[in-house]
Amino acid sequence: MEKTNKMTKGKVAGIIANLVFVEVDGPVMQNEICYINLDETKLMAEVIKVMGTQAYVQVFESTRGLKVNNTVDFTGHMLEVTLGPGILSKNFDGLQNDLDKMDGVFLKRGEHTNPLEDDKKWEFKPVAKPGDVLEAGGWLGEVKENWMPHKIMIPFKFKGKYTVKTVAQEGEYTIHDKIAVVTDENGKDIDLNMIQKWPVKVAIKAYKEKPRPFKLLETGVRVIDTLNPIAEGGTGFIPGPFGTGKTVLQHALSKQAEADMIIVAACGERANEVVEIFTEFPELDDPRTGRKLMERTTIIANTSNMPVAAREASVYTAMTLAEYYRAMGLKVLLLADSTSRWAQALREMSNRMEELPGQDAFPMDLPAIISNFYSRAGFTYLSNGESGSITFIGTVSPAGGNLKEPVTESTKKAARCFYALSQQRADSKRYPAIDALDSYSKYAEYPELEEYFRENIDPEWPEKIRLARDILIRSREVSEQINILGDDGVPVEYHERFWKGEVMDFVICQQDAFDKVDCSASLDRQKYMLNRVLDIYHTTFNFESFEDVSTYFKRVINTMKQMNYAVFNSDKYNESEKELNSIIEERKVA
Amino acid sequence: METKAFQKIYTKITQITKATCSLKATGIGYEEMAIVNGRLAQVVKIIGDDVTLQIFSGTEGIPTNAEVVFLGRPPVLKVGDELSGRFFNAYGDPIDGGPSIEGEERQIGGPSVNPVRRKQPSEFIPTGIAGIDLNNALVTGQKIPFFADPDQPFNQVMSMVALRADADKIILGGMGLTNDDYLYYKNVFDNAGALDRIISFVNTTEDPPVERILVPDMALTAAEYFAVDKKQKVLVLLTDMTLYADALSIVSNRMDQIPSKDSMPGSLYSDLAKIYEKAVQFPDGGSITIIAVTTLSGGDITHAIPDNTGYITEGQLFLRKDTDIGKVVVDPFRSLSRLKQLVIGKKTRADHPQVMNAAIRLYADAANAKTKQENGFDLTDYDERALKFAKDYSDKLLAIDVNVEVDQMLSTSWNLFSEHFEPAEVGIKQEFVDQFWPKES
Ligand SMILES: Nc1ncnc2c1ncn2[C@@H]1O[C@H](COP(=O)(O)OP(=O)(O)O)[C@@H](O)[C@H]1O
Ligand SMILES: [Mg+2]
Repeated sequence: MEKTNKMTKGKVAGIIANLVFVEVDGPVMQNEICYINLDETKLMAEVIKVMGTQAYVQVFESTRGLKVNNTVDFTGHMLEVTLGPGILSKNFDGLQNDLDKMDGVFLKRGEHTNPLEDDKKWEFKPVAKPGDVLEAGGWLGEVKENWMPHKIMIPFKFKGKYTVKTVAQEGEYTIHDKIAVVTDENGKDIDLNMIQKWPVKVAIKAYKEKPRPFKLLETGVRVIDTLNPIAEGGTGFIPGPFGTGKTVLQHALSKQAEADMIIVAACGERANEVVEIFTEFPELDDPRTGRKLMERTTIIANTSNMPVAAREASVYTAMTLAEYYRAMGLKVLLLADSTSRWAQALREMSNRMEELPGQDAFPMDLPAIISNFYSRAGFTYLSNGESGSITFIGTVSPAGGNLKEPVTESTKKAARCFYALSQQRADSKRYPAIDALDSYSKYAEYPELEEYFRENIDPEWPEKIRLARDILIRSREVSEQINILGDDGVPVEYHERFWKGEVMDFVICQQDAFDKVDCSASLDRQKYMLNRVLDIYHTTFNFESFEDVSTYFKRVINTMKQMNYAVFNSDKYNESEKELNSIIEERKVA
Repeated sequence: METKAFQKIYTKITQITKATCSLKATGIGYEEMAIVNGRLAQVVKIIGDDVTLQIFSGTEGIPTNAEVVFLGRPPVLKVGDELSGRFFNAYGDPIDGGPSIEGEERQIGGPSVNPVRRKQPSEFIPTGIAGIDLNNALVTGQKIPFFADPDQPFNQVMSMVALRADADKIILGGMGLTNDDYLYYKNVFDNAGALDRIISFVNTTEDPPVERILVPDMALTAAEYFAVDKKQKVLVLLTDMTLYADALSIVSNRMDQIPSKDSMPGSLYSDLAKIYEKAVQFPDGGSITIIAVTTLSGGDITHAIPDNTGYITEGQLFLRKDTDIGKVVVDPFRSLSRLKQLVIGKKTRADHPQVMNAAIRLYADAANAKTKQENGFDLTDYDERALKFAKDYSDKLLAIDVNVEVDQMLSTSWNLFSEHFEPAEVGIKQEFVDQFWPKES
């Protein structure tokens, strides 16, 4: 990290909305943070372009009332977050201000709050011993943050090797207390406490290796886990017109996914959706640990009415926090809703700077920015042999619902899972509206993952998934033919084929996110249900007319839905299953 | 607007465009208001001592020696209880012949509510209209527009909703309202004896279009006064937001900004979000609910205005003429209330969510049957029944002239189910079927 020596000062020379021109008296760095003095407040801003002695800065707040000649103080560093215990369960804004510490009902311009707590005592346990040699990210000790072991590490900015001289004894310490002394390669001793800073736009690379993802990340959503699985450390995105269920799906993932920590970046979307999380999560249980969901969750809220420039910062802040927890050997799930708003923020600024626009007036380098961001996710092996991961899933809000727009297309190149939400499915309330066939998971074809499925779910699982997709495809094909030729213009078998696909759709693909039971299905349960649906597919039935087919399969679907609504293997579930068996017997050809 | 003695008067304009004028001036704040030959203007750009002002009513007839006075403050509204029952223009000046307001000056377009100071909305707003209450229940603190073609009766429906909703204040923000519609609102509120809880900020088609840009902020500044200071339940009606967005595009065009989709400014999403996100539920009971109108052209919701709106608001209500019954209905497919799940089945009967979904699914089956019929295919017995159901459903529930309680809507639905279908075809959880399926008499 380059540092400018004496702190540069400047004066405001021009203002267009949140783009401000600053005449500077010394060196400035691209992406350097500065503060513009306006009466008693300090408006935070970031350098985005330099022309001679003029720095172009984007202000993270409203510039109302700002005047030419207002003074500006440069800081010599880029936008940084503070890393240390106390991040979990917080509600931050895009610049890591703790929203709960702010006064009053309205956000006050220029108000900056401490992301961590200065006085809080943490129960510290040493992990390293004197004489251990560590690198950046090496574990010195741990504190309990909620229920998670939060590692205190050699700061990521440190280069080279460090020998541990002393580590504090087990006991209570604040984040500012000295917890270790390490010696660098030149024999210099350095005191360390529990906090460190890191610039958000730079990836934290404190890991040894980033292999291809090879394990399933369970989400409890059938159409994902069964049909389009995402890997731990994988990337995915959810494009869809408004109202098709992007946010509901992300919330479902944040509640159910099998992760140690969830970071939700609400980027340029509705404030009430953030309120929903921090109202409901403290009450909801994490089925895996029995703890409250909020205990494993951090929210970065930069909603649509909050300053536009901070929207861009918010996704980077979220990613940096995720990288910090990954370096502790944790399984992190990062969700961003919506990455399109971030791209729009880039567009607003690029237009204001009169840069040559690319497609739909987005900046030319949008694809590079997006793929660079997605590449920060991943499964990693740490230098001590442990592993940690960031699985990243972003939503995309395509203008006019048209997937041929720059944000969707750029993201498609970067993300390995594609969960296409279909307007038509949403209109007919087939939720989640993921089109199982248009969607894909590139991980499903990784040999590493196929291996994992065979060992952990079912030796035949990859074949079964392929068959399930085939059933859906064939059902779709015959439904088109039935539409063209008419119900009685096709053989009865066509109807049967269509309805067997409908069984797959209603029982596996569809899932009620608002039902206590149906919202999340364990892998066991998903496997059981898929097998039942495949059994029905393999069964030959006896039908006289096409009308019999639809009436019959509606009963089948209805009964299987009752099973989905019942607790797995409960009396109610078994009762419905018994009914299903007898319905099947009615028309089964022996 | 009077000028004060110590204010400096500038008389040398260096540049005039259709919407803006520029002059040399110092010590000017960004977004500061000014008066140019008696017309209100606002600072939109400062480069060194070159200051560019946007003149809301346009620059026609502005000479280079026009008198320019800076007011030293951004646009403001004087707030107080006296706002009740009054009518104002886009600048917040009375247009009803009454006295000006003697209240505290508040900057319009002020800061956003800290998300952690919000409460999750949970109060159901019954409107009596089943297309809304049954399928798209509204909640206080929600923001939702009507998406409608210009010939739909959205102003009637909106005023009906406003009067039935139990709000302490109703604030009307009229943008490009025809004089007839303005008088319509005035009459309806008057006849309902509600005038004393109504406040209106109106820009009619006779006023300069760019002035409209101020209307939502004026209306919402008044709303925040009553919701925050007075802890009241405030309902804000904004009509027509399409004309508001058009005004934004006029300004950005005249300022030579690079247009994005449909010649709208690239910041349209943020501009609209700043308005709609003022909808809020506070923990102490105060709330702002926004019901807006976004007119469509030819039902096209992919146009940038409805598209961006849909991404911001908490659903949308779609009006459509159902030719089978000859009435306007709330379209169950394209309408959505995103907050409905916070109240349905919780503040209303437990079977509400399932009844709602089942009815819509059956209505969709009818739509498929109709397509089949139109393509000349034979209908099955099920198709025939679905079609009959759809007609009854549309007439007895979706039509906007329905005005009943939610329980009644639910029992009407169950009756229609049992009249046309078997329980398995309806596909509702067994426990509800056991409880509510009408017994054979
Ligand atoms: N899985 C689901 N189950 C039931 N309803 C759903 C589901 N997904 C979405 N919905 C309905 O669709 C509405 C819009 O979903 P949302 O996720 O907010 O859309 P988006 O973020 O794509 O605009 C929700 O309020 C809800 O009514
Ligand atoms: Mg959403």
